[in-house]
Amino acid sequence: MLDQNLLSLIIFSPLLGVAILFFIKNENKSLQKIIAIANTILTFALSLYLYFKFDSTKSDYQFMQDLEWISGFDIHYILGVDGLSLVLILLTTFLTLISIIGTSNSIKEKLKGFLQFVLLLEVGMLGVFLSLDLVLFYVFWEAMLIPMYFLIGIWGGEERIYATVKFFLYTMFGSLLMLVAIIYLGYIASTIPQGAFTTNLIKLNSIAPTLSKDLQLILFLAFTFSFAIKIPLFPFHTWLPDAHVQAPTAGSVLLAGVLLKMGTYGLLRFSIPFFPIAAIEMAPIISTIAVIGIIYGALVAMVQTDIKKLVAYSSVSHMGFIVLGIFSFSIEGTQGAILQMLNHGLSTGALFLLVGMIYDRRHTKLISEFGGLAKIMPIFSTLFLIITFSSIGVPGLNGFVGEFLILLGAFKSTILSRGFSIVSALGVVLSAIYMLWMYQRVFFGVVSKDENRNLKDLNKTEIFVLSLILIFVLWIGIYPSTFLKLTEISSAKILTVLFDTSKYLSIL
Amino acid sequence: MVTTYWLTPYILFFPLLGFLINGLFGRKFKNENLIGWIATSAVAISFLIAVAIFLEMISLPEEEKSKIVDLFNWISVGSFKVDFSLQVDQLSILMTMIVTGVGSLIHMYAIGYMHGDSGFWRFFAYLNLFIFAMLVLVLADNFLLMFLGWEGVGVCSYLLIGFWYDRKFENGTTGDAAKKAFIVNRIGDFGFLLAIFFIVSKFGTLNFQNVFAQSSLLTSGDAIITTITLLLFLGATGKSAQIPLYVWLPDAMAGPTPVSALIHAATMVTAGVYMVARCSILFALAPTTLAVVAVIGILTALVAGSIGLVQNDIKKVLAYSTVSQLGYMFVAMGVGAFSVGIFHLMTHAFFKALLFLGAGSVIHAMHHEQNIQNMGGLKKYLPITYKTFFIAALAISGVPFFSGFFSKDEILWKAFSNGSFTLWLMGIIGAAMTAFYMFRLVTLTFEGKSRFDEHKFHPHESPKVMTTPLIILAILSAVGGFVAIPHALDIFHFGNKFDEFLNPIFSTASFKLRQIEHGSLWTEYLLMITSSSIAIGAIFLARNFYLNKIDFVNSISLKFKKSYNILLNKYFVDEAYEATIIKPISRVSDKFLYQIIDVKVIDNFLNFSAKFIDWLSSVLVKIQSGVVQDYAVVFVFGIVILFGILFVV
Repeated sequence: MLDQNLLSLIIFSPLLGVAILFFIKNENKSLQKIIAIANTILTFALSLYLYFKFDSTKSDYQFMQDLEWISGFDIHYILGVDGLSLVLILLTTFLTLISIIGTSNSIKEKLKGFLQFVLLLEVGMLGVFLSLDLVLFYVFWEAMLIPMYFLIGIWGGEERIYATVKFFLYTMFGSLLMLVAIIYLGYIASTIPQGAFTTNLIKLNSIAPTLSKDLQLILFLAFTFSFAIKIPLFPFHTWLPDAHVQAPTAGSVLLAGVLLKMGTYGLLRFSIPFFPIAAIEMAPIISTIAVIGIIYGALVAMVQTDIKKLVAYSSVSHMGFIVLGIFSFSIEGTQGAILQMLNHGLSTGALFLLVGMIYDRRHTKLISEFGGLAKIMPIFSTLFLIITFSSIGVPGLNGFVGEFLILLGAFKSTILSRGFSIVSALGVVLSAIYMLWMYQRVFFGVVSKDENRNLKDLNKTEIFVLSLILIFVLWIGIYPSTFLKLTEISSAKILTVLFDTSKYLSIL
Repeated sequence: MVTTYWLTPYILFFPLLGFLINGLFGRKFKNENLIGWIATSAVAISFLIAVAIFLEMISLPEEEKSKIVDLFNWISVGSFKVDFSLQVDQLSILMTMIVTGVGSLIHMYAIGYMHGDSGFWRFFAYLNLFIFAMLVLVLADNFLLMFLGWEGVGVCSYLLIGFWYDRKFENGTTGDAAKKAFIVNRIGDFGFLLAIFFIVSKFGTLNFQNVFAQSSLLTSGDAIITTITLLLFLGATGKSAQIPLYVWLPDAMAGPTPVSALIHAATMVTAGVYMVARCSILFALAPTTLAVVAVIGILTALVAGSIGLVQNDIKKVLAYSTVSQLGYMFVAMGVGAFSVGIFHLMTHAFFKALLFLGAGSVIHAMHHEQNIQNMGGLKKYLPITYKTFFIAALAISGVPFFSGFFSKDEILWKAFSNGSFTLWLMGIIGAAMTAFYMFRLVTLTFEGKSRFDEHKFHPHESPKVMTTPLIILAILSAVGGFVAIPHALDIFHFGNKFDEFLNPIFSTASFKLRQIEHGSLWTEYLLMITSSSIAIGAIFLARNFYLNKIDFVNSISLKFKKSYNILLNKYFVDEAYEATIIKPISRVSDKFLYQIIDVKVIDNFLNFSAKFIDWLSSVLVKIQSGVVQDYAVVFVFGIVILFGILFVV
């Protein structure tokens, strides 16, 4: 009984907290926090249960649930999980838990609403990763925008309205194209012999790849454009720095940690398996854009004056790596990309938490306002440094494994030339420059501003939250097999589709 | 029966444990000695284990000496697998002994040197981590694990160079020096990383044994192997401070002096030399790369040596001397004399550690004064430091029968016999400079009259915990060379023990190189006498100049002010890098990429399209005025236009 409905339970379990919170008095903030935390622990526990029950040797979707939804059309409420979605579910439930514990203390106004929106956001994110019907996927994809819109719009910084509108319009624009593509794809399914309109992912997985090259290209671009904005790929990235700078910490953590992954998830789940011919055709172009993003993001990050903006641009660079890995169409690249989705979520999530912690104390994120913090906040400085090293891919920590596999995959790729990997590897040098330069200006030197003299070091909650992330930073760095094993079959499956297609096209 | 090899993981374990204990709880330990001795004994235990393994190794027959100790699978994707496994063989165990042996002496010394520092616990935690990373590098059985240690020492050097993060250093802060070290090293690491990719695609594995076994079947001059070795060497120029990436090492002295000793002697800079030696087979297959290695090595030796001639900071002289000596090690590698290069690495570890620790003792006594122009006459205050420093200076200068003599002379001989006369000649010039600047340093620091206020300063000898390591290192610097007596001097038929032990590691490489030494025994004697005389001559020249003829020296530096300034400013290499690479990149990133592309082009396009839609809707909204008459007018116009179209058509 539990197992049959497990995925639905996971997705909608945060609604429990949303509902209970309605009955709590506005003043009773500690109770509100306890409820929200208990709720996210519950959801995380359910996803752990899923992890232990999950069989990583099977290639089919597991824990499937299929209910009729819109009768007359083959649009169902279908859920299912594979290795790829499992790691993202774990990441989502983990980071939601982290961001509620880590940031709710800094929300001074309308805490209840804040917690409710974060929980609603979790519902949307989980739904995106578990839906096996395109309409259902689209509903979650769009629904998730709403809580994020309010999180930035209500609890954001001074220019939050501009940022929210930009964020909303950018993503809406992309997703409308995807909606058209979804409907068109469903319609095409009805035109084949004995076909019927369907948005069932599994059925479309066998129909879509047989389409003609031209049709594939159009549909591929419609889907991919929407994902490219979400990831975001250069030059569709300019919503990201604004959204991050204005968003409250929890918003930034989930935005960088989970929302961006939806784009790369979409590539792996839809764009590539549906339209392999188009994907192979477009791989060099998209990889070029990805490499530009890696270098561009790093160079622009280097000259930022706001820590949060710097981290935001670093995300553009890091996400470029993930896209490069995906389009290298090699097992190392794909596995590395999925692992790096996890890594980026952890490292950048942690960086935004850290920036949030200093912002709570100093109400500024400008690098020039700091200096010499290492002396005043030793614990904060140490944790910041470890995460910095994780972000710049120092071996032994998580970031390295992902980056290395991606670059190796791109290097060995049969469709990309070695130049892609070689140029991207320069990004590894650049990341060290912008991160360490920032670190130096914030933490080293003498304390130059009086406001910084009496800053308090991290409290127990903050240390606890960051330590949780640190466990995974080390775990993935030293023993990534735990996570690589989970996604091995999903990755191989994606490549099999491509491989069969390329054999059929005899182009590789 | 192998009995001690299974202890290998513990060589790594103890420094890691020391790091964890001091790193997590050190802040709460009130007792400096406790912290210091935990860290020191962690490294010392590793040393003892390494010695135990070494002793067993020499008793084993040749083919059983090398063993792999598997720990766990690190990364495994598709057919690509990398294990966390350690390789114990002659080369790695020797390096392990050098790292932990010299390392533990430096740890011990640091207990005295760092006394009273508020970051005492932090310092020892970092030191242990440094040793751990270096040991991973040395003991790794594959390229990727080696890379873990490789970047790991980079991280630790960052932490230690920037240890006094709130202090000024030259024109910036120690943070600048730390960052520079890490970033310059990362440029080298970029080469290493690319080499790894080429190795995977060429050999399908990163495991040393498999890669080397496969490559022993290849013939010399393979283009991919040349690419791989050139990229690996780029990595080596980063870690081992060679042209063009040597610029970080002189700045690395921003860290506390024991760190300098550790970086310059036992760890870090030896990594590049070790890596080339480890990959000797690959390098032997790439004659082009070997030539590049030898040329870069000798040029670095000369450039750094010449800068060392005029520096006034006691640590800076030593820093450039390290760069220069590393150049010699690469000359040895470049002419295919791998075991000789490692031999010089070992003797250099002894005397350079000693020199830095001695310099530390001086700085300690002089209350952080580092300018040798403000010293002089210190030998009466610091007798032990003086004597040990003097021995080290003799060793590095290559005075006969001190350790440096054996190793440097062997390199010069190989440069001649496997290389060319020019290479030898350049080596001799470098050796003369070494002897000269070392004794300039000794003379200005310890001898003559004191040039500081003796009433204000009362320099006193360092405590036992600091002088004991000095004495041990002095003994090693003096007699350490006798493990490798060159054939020409081997009157008692003692044999070159070092070579006998290490050479099997390089046998395949030597076979590939098919070296035939040219030059007879008498040539060797002749060259040996020449180089020794030049070294001794340079020593006397320096002593004479800086003891008696200081005015003459000053007049020369005035007369050749331009050249003097170029040397003093280190050929303006830092400035050139700043102007040609760093400035342009950051300007383009800021002024063009960010402010023009991101803000002006992309965002303005978006804002413009938003405004355009806004404007369009403001126009279109007027159509819906809600006044019936307006609609009627539009309606009538529409009919007229339609009729018009019909009429025309």
